[in-house]
Amino acid sequence: MFQRLPDISGTTVHFSIDGKPTTGIEGDSVAAALLVAGHNAFRTTAVSGAERGPYCLMGACHDCYVEIDGTANQQACRIRLRDGMSVLTQHGKRDLGR
Amino acid sequence: MKRINGCQDIESTYDIIVVGAGPAGMNAASTASASGLSVLVLDENATVGGQIYRNVTASPLRDRSIVGPDYWQGEKIAARFEASACHYAPGAVVWHLDKERTIGVALGEASRIVSARHVIIATGAIERPFPVEGWTLPGVMTVGAAQILLKSSAAVPRGRAVLAGTGPLLWLYAWQCIQAGAPPSAILDTTPRGNWLSAMPHLPAFLSSPYLGKGLALLRAVRSKVRVVSGVTELAIKAHSPGLSIEFRRGSRSESIAADHVLLHQGVVPNVNLVSAAGCDLIWDETQAAWQPQTDAHGLSSVPGISIVGDGARIGGAELAAMRGEIMGQHLAQQLGGERRVDSNGAQLTPKVKAYERGRPFLDALYRPTQAFRVGAPSAIACRCEEITCGQITETVRALDVAGPNQIKAFLRTGMGPCQGRYCGATVSELIAAARGIPMSDINYYRLRSPVKPITLGQLASVPHNNEEAKFVQRI
Amino acid sequence: MRSDKANTVVIGGGLVGMATAYGLVRDGVDVAVLDEGDLAYRASRGNFALIWVQGKGAGLPPYTMWTRQSATIWPEFARELEDVSGVELHLSQPGGFNISLDEGALGRRAAMLQRIDDACRGLPGFPAEGSFSVIDANELRKYFPEIGPEVVGATFNPLDRHVNSLLLFRALHIAFKKLGGRYLPNHKTATITPGNASFDIATEKGSVSASSLVLAAGIDNGRLGKMVGLNVPVRPQRGQILVTEKMKPFLRHPIQTLRQTNEGGLQIGDSVEEVGHDLGLRLGVLSVLARRAVGIFPHLKNVNVVRSWSALRVMTQDGYPIYDESRDHPGAFVCTCHSGVTLAAMHANVVAPMIKLRRLDDACGAFSTQRFHVPAAA
Repeated sequence: MFQRLPDISGTTVHFSIDGKPTTGIEGDSVAAALLVAGHNAFRTTAVSGAERGPYCLMGACHDCYVEIDGTANQQACRIRLRDGMSVLTQHGKRDLGR
Repeated sequence: MKRINGCQDIESTYDIIVVGAGPAGMNAASTASASGLSVLVLDENATVGGQIYRNVTASPLRDRSIVGPDYWQGEKIAARFEASACHYAPGAVVWHLDKERTIGVALGEASRIVSARHVIIATGAIERPFPVEGWTLPGVMTVGAAQILLKSSAAVPRGRAVLAGTGPLLWLYAWQCIQAGAPPSAILDTTPRGNWLSAMPHLPAFLSSPYLGKGLALLRAVRSKVRVVSGVTELAIKAHSPGLSIEFRRGSRSESIAADHVLLHQGVVPNVNLVSAAGCDLIWDETQAAWQPQTDAHGLSSVPGISIVGDGARIGGAELAAMRGEIMGQHLAQQLGGERRVDSNGAQLTPKVKAYERGRPFLDALYRPTQAFRVGAPSAIACRCEEITCGQITETVRALDVAGPNQIKAFLRTGMGPCQGRYCGATVSELIAAARGIPMSDINYYRLRSPVKPITLGQLASVPHNNEEAKFVQRI
Repeated sequence: MRSDKANTVVIGGGLVGMATAYGLVRDGVDVAVLDEGDLAYRASRGNFALIWVQGKGAGLPPYTMWTRQSATIWPEFARELEDVSGVELHLSQPGGFNISLDEGALGRRAAMLQRIDDACRGLPGFPAEGSFSVIDANELRKYFPEIGPEVVGATFNPLDRHVNSLLLFRALHIAFKKLGGRYLPNHKTATITPGNASFDIATEKGSVSASSLVLAAGIDNGRLGKMVGLNVPVRPQRGQILVTEKMKPFLRHPIQTLRQTNEGGLQIGDSVEEVGHDLGLRLGVLSVLARRAVGIFPHLKNVNVVRSWSALRVMTQDGYPIYDESRDHPGAFVCTCHSGVTLAAMHANVVAPMIKLRRLDDACGAFSTQRFHVPAAA
C-alpha cells in the first residue's frame, strides 16, 4: 500500500475498483491509483493461481494485469487513470465468456 | 514538437525514427531535427523523460527538493525537445522492427507500419532480474518501480519498507524517501564485500569523475537515518499475514525482519528485446554482467541503419546517455545530410563524456551483484510468467544436456510469457552456463521475434498485406 | 578430439530423431543421438502439435493409411511414453475441424477429401462410411457458438487430435535418457565415412563410430544422405504461427489453423512460404493469420498476441515421408517427414523396430527414395 505525500498538485479522478468507488489524481497510472487505494495484489496468475501485483511499473513485467472497462489483461502501469473507469482485479486465465 | 495523437497522424516515412523519449532519445531527436531531418519519436509513456526523468514535465511533486536536483535536469532536455520540430507519439508501443527498418507501432486501438532511413533505439534499461524466493509476492517490487510512484504520483510506501540489494539507485531512493519524510525501515545491502577490493584499482579515476561528490553525501545521509545491514549473502521473502517477512543471512547469522513492502534492486541492464528481435547481435559483457547489443564507436549496431544509444547500449547513467544522444544526433545529421549545420559542440562534449566514463569502472566493479543473486536459489522463481524455478532449470539442463536458452524454452516454457524473457533471460543463460560449466561466451540469448510487446489480434489484423502474403496462408 | 562408439547413431535430436531413438533404446539397442546446438533450425520447437489425418495422402493412399495408423496407435504410444517419462502429454482426441470462410474453398476441400477417400476405399481398416463429414455453419455453431458470420462451414474428421508437442519433445528426451540412451548436443555432423560394416561420424566435438546409422536431421538430411549413398530431396518450407495469451478453455476441438493448448494459449497457424533457410518474419503474413482467426472467432479481436514463431518444415520433393536404407551402405537409414508429431507413434513403435532388425519391411515400400529415381524424360 502506498500513501500520497501531502504537498501535491493534480486534480482528483473518480473511478471504481471491483465496484467500490475511489479516487486517484490526474496523471496517475491505474496501477499507482490502485496501490494508493490499498491494493497490493491485482490478480491471480494464469499458471498457478498465485497472487500478484505490480513489480516493475514500467511496462516490462506484465504482472499488473487488471480488467479495465470490460477488457482483461490490461497493463495497469501503462494505462492512465480516467474519470469513470471501472477497474476489476483478475483471477486466473482471461475469460472470453465474460 | 508536434504531438501525434493517433496512427492517422503518423507519416509513412521519416529520416529518423527514435524509439524511447528518455535523455538519450530526446537529445538525439532534438539535435537531428535541428539539422532539418524529419524525426519521429515513439514512446510508451504518456509523458517524456523515460524512466530516469519519468514524468518530469508533469510531476505532482510541489516540493522539488524531495527528489533531488538531478531529476530536474530532465526539464531542460524535455524543454529543448518540446521546442524542436520532432513528431512525438506518446503511448506508442513499438512491437516490430526489422532489418529493413520497418517499424510496427500500436497506438490506441490501431496499429501502423512506418519506416525510416535510420532508426535510433533508445529504449534504456530495465532493472536486473532479482530471483530470490518470494520476489513475485504482492508487496514486493523493484526500487525503480517505487521511485516511479514517487516521481509520477507523489506516493511513498505506507508502513515498513525494506530495501534490499545493491547499486546507486537503491541509495538514491532511500535518500528520497528520507526527504519525503517516509524513511525505509531497513536496508539490506547485498554488495559483496570482495567488490571493494576489485573496485579499488578504479578508485583514483572515480575520484576525478563528477560522480564522487553526489554519491558520498548521499550515502552518509542515508546511513545516519536508516538501519543498514551490510554483507547480506542470502535473501528470501515470505508472505507473513499481514505483510511480509524477509529472511536473510550475513556471514553465519540468519535473521528475519517484518515488512509491508520489500523493494529490490541490483542494478540495471540494457533492455535488449527490441534490438535483439530486430536482428542486432548481442554480446555478454562480463564487467557489467549483462547482455548488450554490439555497437561501434558511433553506436551503430550490427544491422546497418539501426543505432543504439544510452543505457540500452551500455549502462552509463543519465548524464552519459544525454551526451551520447546529442553526439549521435550530430553524427546522423551529418551522415544523412541534414540541410542545416548543427552547431557541433561534439568537441566540447568529448571531455565531459570522458570525465563521466572515468567514473564507471569503479561503480561497475563496486556494485556488480554476486553470481549467487544473479542465478537465484533453487527454490526461487526464475521465469515469473510461466512460474519456473531456478532449480527446475538447473535440473533439466543437467538431466537432458540442454545446450542453451532456446532449448530450455522449448522444454520448460521459460521466456514464453508476456514479458518475453525480460525478467528471466539473463538468469536463464547464466543458470545454463553454470550447470554446464561453460563460459557465458559459449551461451546465446533467446531468439526473439515480433511482437516485441503484446498487441491484439485486431491490431495485427489491421496491418496491410498483399496478395502473395494472403496466398501463403490460404490452402484448401 | 574424443572418440566414441555406439551400436546405432541417430543424427538429429528433434521429434523424428528422438521418437526413433526412443523406440530403439526401449527395444534394448545401444543408441547415441548426435544433435546440433541451441540455435539449430529446429522444426520440433515450432510445431503446431496436431495429430492430423484429414487431407493427408492425396495422390498416395499408403500415406493416408500410414497417417491413420499413427493416429490410431497414438493413445497407446502416449500412455507408454507418459509412464516412462513421467510427463503428461495432454493428448486430446475429440476429432478435428477445418473451418472455411469461403463457400468455394469449402467445396474444393470437400472434393479433395472425397478423392482421398475414393482412393482408399476397401483398404484394410478404412471406414466404409468414409473418413470425414461436411458441416454447415449452423451445425458448426453447436460445437463453436462463438463463430462469426463469415464462417460458411467446416470439414470434420473424428481421427484428428492434438497434443502438447513441447511436452512430447521433452518426454521423448527424458524417456530416451532414462532408458540408457546417450544424447550429445553441440555435435553437428561434419562428415560420415562408411567403412566395413560400420560408419565413422565426425562431429564438431569428436567422432563416433556405429554399426548402424539413422539420418533424422531434418533439412540437413539432403547433405548427410549423399555421404551414405542416399538421395534425400528435402527443402525448408517456412511456416509462421501466432501465439496468444492464456485464456480459459473455450475451444473443445482442434481446428486445423487454430488450437487451444492445455496451458490456455491459442496457436494460430500457419503459412507456407518457400523462402529457403530464412527464419525471418513477414508482417503481411502475420496479419493474414490474425485476420483469419478474427474472421472465424470475432471475439478474439482484443486478445493479446504474445509471440510469433517461424519454423522450417522439412519438406520432401513430393511432400510424403522418406524411410529408406542405403543400398550402397546397408545399415544407413533415413527417416524424414514434416509431420513429426502426427507420425511420432509410427516412428517409435513401427519404424524403430524395423531399424533394429536392419530391415524396412513392405509397409515402408511406398516411402523409399526409389520414387525420386524417375528418368528425366518421364
